Amino acid sequence: MARYILKRVVISVPVLLGVALVLFLLLNVVPGDPITIMMGEHIKPALVESFRARMHLDDPVLVRFVRYITGALRWDFGVSYKLEREVSDLIRESLPHTIKLTVCAALVSWLIGIPAGIVSAVRHNTLADRFFMGFSLLGISLPIFWAGLLMQYVFAFRLQWLPVTGYYSLRYYIMPALVLGWSSAGAIARLTRSNLLETMKHDYIRTARAKGLKETAVVTAHALKNAMLPVVTVMAIQVAGLLGGAVMTESIFGIPGLGRVAVNAIADRDMPLLQGTILFTTGIVIAGNLAADIICAFLDPRIRVE
Amino acid sequence: MSDMNAEETGSAGAGAGEGGTTAGLLAEMLRNSRLAAFSLAVIIFIIAASFAAPLYMPYDPNKPSLSERFAPPSASHWAGCDDLGRDQFTRLVYGARISIMIGLVPTSLSIILGTALGLVSGFAGGRTDFFIMRLADVVLAFPSLLLAMVVSYTLGGGVTSIFAALAFVGWAATARVIRAQTMSLKEKEFVESARSVGVRESVIMLRHILPNCIPNIIVLFTLNIPEAILNESALSFLGVGASPPSASWGLMVYRYKTYLMSYPWLAAAPGAAILIFVLAFNFLGDGVRDTLDPYMKD
Repeated sequence: MARYILKRVVISVPVLLGVALVLFLLLNVVPGDPITIMMGEHIKPALVESFRARMHLDDPVLVRFVRYITGALRWDFGVSYKLEREVSDLIRESLPHTIKLTVCAALVSWLIGIPAGIVSAVRHNTLADRFFMGFSLLGISLPIFWAGLLMQYVFAFRLQWLPVTGYYSLRYYIMPALVLGWSSAGAIARLTRSNLLETMKHDYIRTARAKGLKETAVVTAHALKNAMLPVVTVMAIQVAGLLGGAVMTESIFGIPGLGRVAVNAIADRDMPLLQGTILFTTGIVIAGNLAADIICAFLDPRIRVE
Repeated sequence: MSDMNAEETGSAGAGAGEGGTTAGLLAEMLRNSRLAAFSLAVIIFIIAASFAAPLYMPYDPNKPSLSERFAPPSASHWAGCDDLGRDQFTRLVYGARISIMIGLVPTSLSIILGTALGLVSGFAGGRTDFFIMRLADVVLAFPSLLLAMVVSYTLGGGVTSIFAALAFVGWAATARVIRAQTMSLKEKEFVESARSVGVRESVIMLRHILPNCIPNIIVLFTLNIPEAILNESALSFLGVGASPPSASWGLMVYRYKTYLMSYPWLAAAPGAAILIFVLAFNFLGDGVRDTLDPYMKD
């Protein structure tokens, strides 16, 4: 087991390095001078020069890349052009909001997705199955930002049940979590359903039925355990989807999380801030995948032996 | 979704005449699944309606009319008028062209790129395979929306950079599937027999293996279109996407969200258009996948 974990960790390191490299190339090989683009055309050349010197922008690309990598390892992502503050501080301030939002959304997606998938599989090809699968596909097809705006209009403006925007208490997170959670519940429900249907075809299910077990016991005690393994993997992949979707939900609902910081960084052409937030977010995704691999290995001995 | 019998396709079917049976299977799927057929009809209708729009639409999508600013939906303006008094339904119909382009162009690019790299990777193996697959790992590690944001930031916004961004994000998943398919196909007897009679490696790859990947390619293509449309609308909504005057549906939602409280239909209508279009593609894609590749179900 320890060997398996070590192997997984070692495999993720080059991926993370590759992510850092791709990001660096995309953001630092931009045609045109980033400072002129950011400050506008009519800025004094001396000012641009002093800024470039302060941000070490005249160093060779390789030197900058090494500085960026070694910095990131020490939790130093440089200084934001626009806000003139440490990027790592800005990440630290926005991270709790994003965590709160994504955790709530993940809970919503599991609470909707897993039961919907189970019911659909057990009642395969019935009206309930069709209803839940239609509902799931609707969630997958839904433009998150649009659903968010509609909810704001209906529940905050018309009915006045919930606050429109903000992040002051859990009440503020209800709408964003529902919007974000529904979109990812669809994938969970579809996966739970297809795995459960697959598992129910196995011989040991027939054996369980043959020895007279109730259908509920067959499903919960025998089938579900084996069907949920891929769902764990999807929960990790879900991290990427949730963090991506959080970009939109945070913008709409005025939550100052990581996604919103990244969007603002794009609007301000604030390269170090954009680079830092995207690298950090992708790092979380990679860590999530790693965690899923390890959890799966705990649950399924076949994986760790292989 | 619906229970289509696709047993006979299987993963076998290596050999001649594959193209014919694929088309035949799809036609059969459309006959058996009302949902998929209906979705295809909706898509064709939307495409035809938007390209024929100048022939029958009474309004100009870009002509402002100050007296009709924020006119609510009515018999003459089905989806009301926007802040400049332009008929919104007309703008929606014209905007469909952009959504179709966004759906087709980057998806085609990413499928071509992904298929080429997947084929080479699976066929060549060794160092080439290692390099391409590690690059795919890296691309897939990013949340796709964030990577698309960064790429379109680098390329400076606009429709072309959106195309490039979505293609850059989309190729990796295709490459993985096609690589796996290639690796299993190249061990098959028909490849061995082709090789034994002296067929060149490049010909084996393009004439013997590639045609057998076509069902997978069709499945990936149909399922990637709605994703590309959703991603574009998200980018436009965040303000890093297409720029006016070529207003995509996502951009329309972005523009009109300011008026949400007083004129909700302005933001609601283009979002509903995105939903209907994407939903139709997803229903169709589900049918195609169940038909052509029963093993790719997620």
